[in-house]
Amino acid sequence: MTDSYLNLANGTLKPVFKKLGLPQPAILRRYRPGSPLTVGPVLVVSDDASAGDADAVAKVLSGWDVDVRRSPETAEGERFGAVVLVLTGAETPAAVSAPVLTVAGTLRRLAGNGRVVSISRAVADGDAPVLAATRGGVEGLVRSLGKELRGGSTANGIQLTGDAAVDSASAVATLRFFLSAKSAYVDGQLLPVGPSDAAGPVDWEAPLAGQVAVVTGAARGIGAAIARTMARDGAKVVVIDVPPAGESLATVANEIGGVALQLDITADDAADKILAATKPLGGLDILVHNAGITRDKLLANMTADKWDPVIAVNLTAQLQINERLLAAGVEGLRIVSLASTTGLAGNRGQTNYGYTKAGVIANAAAGAPVLAATGGTTNAVAPGWIETEMTAKVPALTRTVARRMPSLGQGGLPVDIAEAISFLASGPAAGINGQTLRVCGQHMVGK
Amino acid sequence: MSTTPSPVPSTREAVIIGGNRIPFSRAGKKYVRTSNQDMFTAALEGLVARFGLQGERLGEVVGGAVLKHSKNFNLIRESVLGSSLAPTTPAYDVQQACATGLEAAIAVTNKIKLGQIESAIAGGTDTVSDAPIVVSDRLRAALLDANHAKTTGAKVKALLQIRPKDLAPATPSTGEPRTHLSMGEHQAITTAKWGITREAQDEIAYNSHQNLARAWEAGFFDDLVTPFKGLTRDDNLRPDTSLEKLAKLKPVFGAKLADPATMTAGNSTPLTDGASAVLFASRAWAEERELPILAKFVDAETAAVDFVHGHEGLLMAPVAAVPRLLARNGLTLDDLDFLEIHEAFASTVLTTLAAWEDEEYCRTEFGLDGAFGKVDRSKLNVNGSSLAAGHPFAATGGRIIATAAKLVAAKAKETGRPARALISVCAAGGLGAVALVESV
Ligand SMILES: NC(=O)c1ccc[n+]([C@@H]2O[C@H](COP(=O)([O-])OP(=O)(O)OC[C@H]3O[C@@H](n4cnc5c(N)ncnc54)[C@H](O)[C@@H]3O)[C@@H](O)[C@H]2O)c1
Repeated sequence: MTDSYLNLANGTLKPVFKKLGLPQPAILRRYRPGSPLTVGPVLVVSDDASAGDADAVAKVLSGWDVDVRRSPETAEGERFGAVVLVLTGAETPAAVSAPVLTVAGTLRRLAGNGRVVSISRAVADGDAPVLAATRGGVEGLVRSLGKELRGGSTANGIQLTGDAAVDSASAVATLRFFLSAKSAYVDGQLLPVGPSDAAGPVDWEAPLAGQVAVVTGAARGIGAAIARTMARDGAKVVVIDVPPAGESLATVANEIGGVALQLDITADDAADKILAATKPLGGLDILVHNAGITRDKLLANMTADKWDPVIAVNLTAQLQINERLLAAGVEGLRIVSLASTTGLAGNRGQTNYGYTKAGVIANAAAGAPVLAATGGTTNAVAPGWIETEMTAKVPALTRTVARRMPSLGQGGLPVDIAEAISFLASGPAAGINGQTLRVCGQHMVGK
Repeated sequence: MSTTPSPVPSTREAVIIGGNRIPFSRAGKKYVRTSNQDMFTAALEGLVARFGLQGERLGEVVGGAVLKHSKNFNLIRESVLGSSLAPTTPAYDVQQACATGLEAAIAVTNKIKLGQIESAIAGGTDTVSDAPIVVSDRLRAALLDANHAKTTGAKVKALLQIRPKDLAPATPSTGEPRTHLSMGEHQAITTAKWGITREAQDEIAYNSHQNLARAWEAGFFDDLVTPFKGLTRDDNLRPDTSLEKLAKLKPVFGAKLADPATMTAGNSTPLTDGASAVLFASRAWAEERELPILAKFVDAETAAVDFVHGHEGLLMAPVAAVPRLLARNGLTLDDLDFLEIHEAFASTVLTTLAAWEDEEYCRTEFGLDGAFGKVDRSKLNVNGSSLAAGHPFAATGGRIIATAAKLVAAKAKETGRPARALISVCAAGGLGAVALVESV
C-alpha cells in the first residue's frame, strides 16, 4: 500500500504542505548493509556521576568507526547524527538537569533521521524513592522528546537492569540498534536490558550467522520481511505458512536459500514438524511466532467462528508449540512473538485480536524465566500501523488517519518489524528477556 | 514362455527423499496458456524450496512431456535453468507416453544405483491447454518448399500450392497411429473382452474421488503439492460425487461395439494439465544432508504388447510386466502393502486385475502354473488415483511415486515392518512400466 500523502508531502509540494501547517512526515532512512551507522557525528553527554560510563560508551562508539564527540560544539553547518545521554549514575533529579539542557542545545543541530538515545538504570524493587523518581523520570523525558523531534529523528532509551554494565554485550547491541537505521520506526521506547554472558557478534553485518530460524506466517507481509531480514543477517531460515499459501512461501524460501514448510501452526504435530524441518540445518535456534489473523467484530456481535480461530492461531498455537519444544529439550531457544499495539491499548472491534495480543505480551513476560533457565529468551514486538495486506483491508479513511497518528506521521514497513525481531533474536541481545518492544513510530495509543 | 528370472544384481540403493507437484487442473481451466516449461519449473521450485536445494548441483534432472512443442527440445534443461538449482545441473528429456514420468525415475535411479550420480530429480509435465498446434502436411510441404526455393519465382510458385483447406491445423489426438483408434476405443474393446461391468467401473471412480478427497482433508498432500497460479487443490476432484451421479453419465467410448458401452466421462480420466517432480538420491547423499528418506526405489520393469494385430489390449502391458518384476524380486502380490495402478480408465484397473485372476490367461500368456493372483482391493489406490486427480500424462508417474513412497514410510512406521508398494502405469503404443518401492 503506498502512502500517497507521504509521497506528496515530500515531493514538489513540500513547501505548500509546510505553509499550510500540515503534518510533514519524513522519508525514513532504512538500513542498508555497508552504510554508515549514523548520519553524522555522535555526541555523548552525561551527568558528572555517569562520566565513567559515558567514557565507556564513547570507547565502544569509537570502535565502530563513529565520529564521537564529547563537546556539544560543532563546526558551522555541521549536524549531529545522534546524541547519547548517559544518566546511569544520576541519583537526584537535580543531577539530570545539566546534561539534559546540553542535549536541548543540540537539538536544532540534530540531522534528519537523527537519534537521541538515553542510557539509564531501570527503577528496581527497593530503590529509594528519590532514586526511583530520578530513574523513572527518564521515561517521561524520552517519550516526550520523541513527540517533539521532527524529520524522522527518534528518541529511545536503554534501561539497564540488575548489574548490567553500559558496555555489556546486550547494552552495546541495543545502543547500536537504536542508533542505526534498523530502528527507523522505533520511537519513544524504553527497553530494559539486563546482564547476560553473551558476547558481541563477530560481524555486525551478519549477527545471525550460523543460526537456524523458523518464521511462521512467512508467505507474505511482515513474516516474509522477517525471513528476508534474518537471511540477510546470516541465518538459515525455515519459512512456514498454511498449505494454500505454498506458492509464495516457496518463492520466499528460494529467494533466501531457505526451506519451505507448508504447515498450519494449529496442527497438533506442528512442533514435531518444526523440529524435523530444522534438524537437517543443524537444529532450531530462533523461533518467530508471526502468523496471525484478524476477524474483527464488535463484542456485541461476536460469534464463535470469529472468536475461536483468532485465539487458536494467534495464541494457543504458539503456546502449544513452545511447550512441546521445551518438553523436547530444545535449549537456548530465542523466541520472538508478534504482539500489537492493540494488545496494549485495545482497539474497537478487536476484542478477540486484542485478547490474543495482550496474551502474547503476558506470555513473553511469564516465559522469560522459563526460557532463561534453558539459556534462551522470549520477547514480543508490538507493531503499530504497518503497511501490509492485513492493514490494506482496513477502510481507506481509517487507514489515512491511522498513518498520521504516530509521532513519525506515517505507517511502518514490514522491514521495520523485521529489523527489531532480528535484533532481539541475535546473540548479544540475550540480556533482553520478557520484554515487549513497540515498533509503532510512537503511536499515540497505549503505553 | 517363461524364463527363470536372473537375480537382481547387487548395487547400492536409490532412495526417495520426497516429491512435489502442482495441483492438477482440468484442461482449459486454471493453467490455460501456461507452458510445460512454466509448470515443470514450478514443480521443481516447490521441491527445491521443500528441501532447501537452492544453488545445489544435482546429478541430473530427467523428465519429459508427451505433448511437446518442437521449441521445447530441451524442456527439462530449460526448466532447470529457470529454477533455483545450480545451472551446472545436467538434464535431459525422455518420452514414453504416459509412462514418461516413471521411465524418468527408472533412468535416474539406475544411475544412482550404479554410482554414476548421487542425486537426481525425475518427473514430467503435460498440458493439453497449451498443446502444440500442428499445421497440415500439405501446408508444411509448401512452406518447406518455399523455404528451400532459391529464386523469388520459385518461392511464389511453392506458396501458390497452398489451398484454403490446408490452413486448418491438424488437431492433436491421442489416437494410435497404427490403428487410428483412440485410447478410449481401444480400452472399450478390452473392457468388453473381459466383461467388465459399468457398475464395477463406477465404483472404482467413486473410490478414487473418495480416497483422494480424504487424503487431501487429512493433509496427506501438505508436503507433496505446492499451489500454483492460485490453484491449491486438484480441481478435477469431486468429493461429492456419488455412485448415483456416476451412473447417470452417458457412455463415451465403445458405442460401435456389440456389447453395451460402459465407459463414461466419469470412469475415464479427463484431459489434465500439471507437473510433478521427485527427489532421489543415494543413501549417503541423503544422510549427509540429514534429509528424510521415505523409501527406496527397488526395481522396475517395462513391457509391451501386440495390440496392433489385436492379440492384446492396448493398455495391458503392465499386466505382463508385474509378474516379471515380482518374480525377479522373489515376491508375490500378497507381499505388497499398496498397489498404485494408474487409472487411465477405471476399466484399465479392472481388466488388469481380471487378467491376473484368470488361470487360463496367466498360463498361456505368462507360462505360469495358474492365476497370478488376486489383489486385495483395500490395498488399491488407497489415496486416490488418476480418475480423481486427473492425468497430465508425463506428470502421473511422479505423482504416484511420491504418494507410494509416503504411504510405505507411514505404514512401516506404524507397523514396525517393511512395507512395499507396486506402481503400474500403462501407456500408449501398447507400453507399460511398473516399479517396486519399499520402506527403508
Ligand atoms: N500489519 C500490521 O499493521 C500489524 C500490526 C500489528 C500486529 N501485526 C501482526 O503481525 C503479524 C503479521 O501480520 P501481517 O500484517 O504480515 O499479516 P498477513 O495477513 O499479511 O500475513 C500473515 C500470514 O500468516 C499466515 N497464517 C495465518 N494463519 C496461519 C496458520 N494457522 N498457520 C500458518 N500460517 C498462518 C497467513 O497465511 C499469512 O501469510 C500478525 O501476527 C499480526 O497480528 C500486524
